[in-house]
Amino acid sequence: MAAAPEVASAAGMIEPVPTAATFPAPTLLWQPGAAAWSLCLIGDWRGFVPPAALAAPAALGASDDTATTTLEVDARQLAAWDADLAPALWALLAPLAQRGVLLRLDALADDVRAALKLALPDDSDDGGDGSTAPAADTTPLPPRASRGAWADLLITVGFVGELLLASLRLLRGRSAMRASDLLHQMDETGPRSLPIVALTTFLVGLLLAYMGGAQLGRIGAQVFIADLVTVGVVRELAGLMTGVILAGRVGAAFAAQLGTMQANEEIDALRTLGVNPIEYLVLPRLLGMLLVAPLLVAMAMLVGVLAGLPAAVLIYDVPVPLYLRKCLESLTWTHLWIGLAKGTMYTLLVVVAGCREGLHAGRNAQAVGEATTRAVVKALVWIVLAACASTVVLQSLGF
Amino acid sequence: MDVLVRAEGLTLAHGDEVVQRDLNFDIRRAEVLAVVGASGCGKSTLLRHLIGLQAPALGRVMYGEHDLYACNDAVLAELRRQFGVMFQAGALWSAMTVGENLMLPMRLYTALNRRAREQRARFKLALVGLGDCFDVLPADLSGGMKKRAAIARALSLDPALLYLDEPSSGLDPINAGRLDALILALRRHLGTTVVMVTHTLDSVFAVADRVMFLDVREKTMTALDAPRTLLLHGPERVREFLHRAPST
Repeated sequence: MAAAPEVASAAGMIEPVPTAATFPAPTLLWQPGAAAWSLCLIGDWRGFVPPAALAAPAALGASDDTATTTLEVDARQLAAWDADLAPALWALLAPLAQRGVLLRLDALADDVRAALKLALPDDSDDGGDGSTAPAADTTPLPPRASRGAWADLLITVGFVGELLLASLRLLRGRSAMRASDLLHQMDETGPRSLPIVALTTFLVGLLLAYMGGAQLGRIGAQVFIADLVTVGVVRELAGLMTGVILAGRVGAAFAAQLGTMQANEEIDALRTLGVNPIEYLVLPRLLGMLLVAPLLVAMAMLVGVLAGLPAAVLIYDVPVPLYLRKCLESLTWTHLWIGLAKGTMYTLLVVVAGCREGLHAGRNAQAVGEATTRAVVKALVWIVLAACASTVVLQSLGF
Repeated sequence: MDVLVRAEGLTLAHGDEVVQRDLNFDIRRAEVLAVVGASGCGKSTLLRHLIGLQAPALGRVMYGEHDLYACNDAVLAELRRQFGVMFQAGALWSAMTVGENLMLPMRLYTALNRRAREQRARFKLALVGLGDCFDVLPADLSGGMKKRAAIARALSLDPALLYLDEPSSGLDPINAGRLDALILALRRHLGTTVVMVTHTLDSVFAVADRVMFLDVREKTMTALDAPRTLLLHGPERVREFLHRAPST
């Protein structure tokens, strides 16, 4: 469309604007008429954005008679305009077109009229096929499930229920899960997560010994560093750190993998074959995690406890044999099974969050990213909540 | 006329938004039915309803005497075996090779041993001109090859009914023509019924026995007839669509 300023001549033809010309201020008038409404464009519309106060009156298009459902644009007093005229008119006219008002745009320059015809809904100007805009759809639909946080919770509960049913079918030997998928997932979640889990629990163990030693040293009790590290790491921190690391490494990966499959219609393709995606895609991930998580947590416990050794020995002068003996003395079966159970529970929460978000992702790339973020956030929140709840419950039960 | 599928009063909706309403039509045995309409009119949504992925807001999808959304698991499994689906982007399972993609439906629905499954899968791939792609991962295929592989997968159980979502979109004219020829050959030699959602009018006129037009404004089916009949005598908007131009 031409961007150069132009001016309407007395005959209504559009001509280029003299550069030094001055024109009346821009405005517009909505005028009802016997046969139709008219919209008078007045003055210099170059760069003009009509204020909301000048929007179309409510009476226009409010009833069915022709006089109120037809609008003629009158450009005889339009002194000058530029490329902003079409957007300005579109902002004024589009709501009317949606109300079914027929627009007569003949007074406008050809390129402005053509641009408006493209931007406005079809049939809104009377150069179309004359049909009116479709009426609002009033087909009665059955009530829908609720939305928002409640619906999100229901989806999660439904997902967990389906997962339990799929597990039961597996136990009865009627699952679509493939053994090769299970082995693949064990490899993905276990050995490949080992280095990062070991590194983080080593640093946490070291930090705990260093900070704990400083506090215990004030009362001359450095020798209890080993007790602090052992109980803290075995009972709480090894599982917690394993869960947190896997939330970022595995939960996010699961959400991205399943979300991408959803976006690519791969999950739809499974459903059309009657394959339950929970059995086929989620169950191997869950079982794979269930099998490798205790090993990962146990390894994290060992690394975390041993990480306290250099701090205790080099900084607080605790002899190596004494540190090791105190570790063994403070390590009980109760601490061990509680730590393993908690760690395994955290990792299962990671799988549930990742797979639930992935399977319910939208069908585009952005939705996959959002699902991944939600999976990690959900997993972390669930882990912290589970850690708090389990600690309180176990303590109150005397464990 | 032998009817395979019957849609009765089908209303398609996304949440509270009605996409298409009150659709009533039959899919006849051994016909090629093209579903056309403007972008966003609900063609692919209709397909999802016909293949059991999305329950209609109102109405029924009948396969013979069975309501697709109200039958038991055993009947549903039998119905699913009767149709194959090619999704718009192929939807090949990316973690499997092309051959494994074809063999999975056979593993689920037939008692064939692995060698027989592999032989049948290789044959289906040869049928669509991908005979040497058995061990290739989907990621290594071009867009057109993915579509052809997806058709081969849809054919893996020798279905009586084939649903194709935009089969020739994104294909060069030669491959689009080959695909049309394949559809006609399937119908002629195997008696396969084909329902294809498409924007490609060349394909519509080349292969379709009937065309269903879904109107985006009326939100319902406004025409269902032979393509040339609609081109000459169809409603105005259908003629505009088939002529690729508004008849102003």
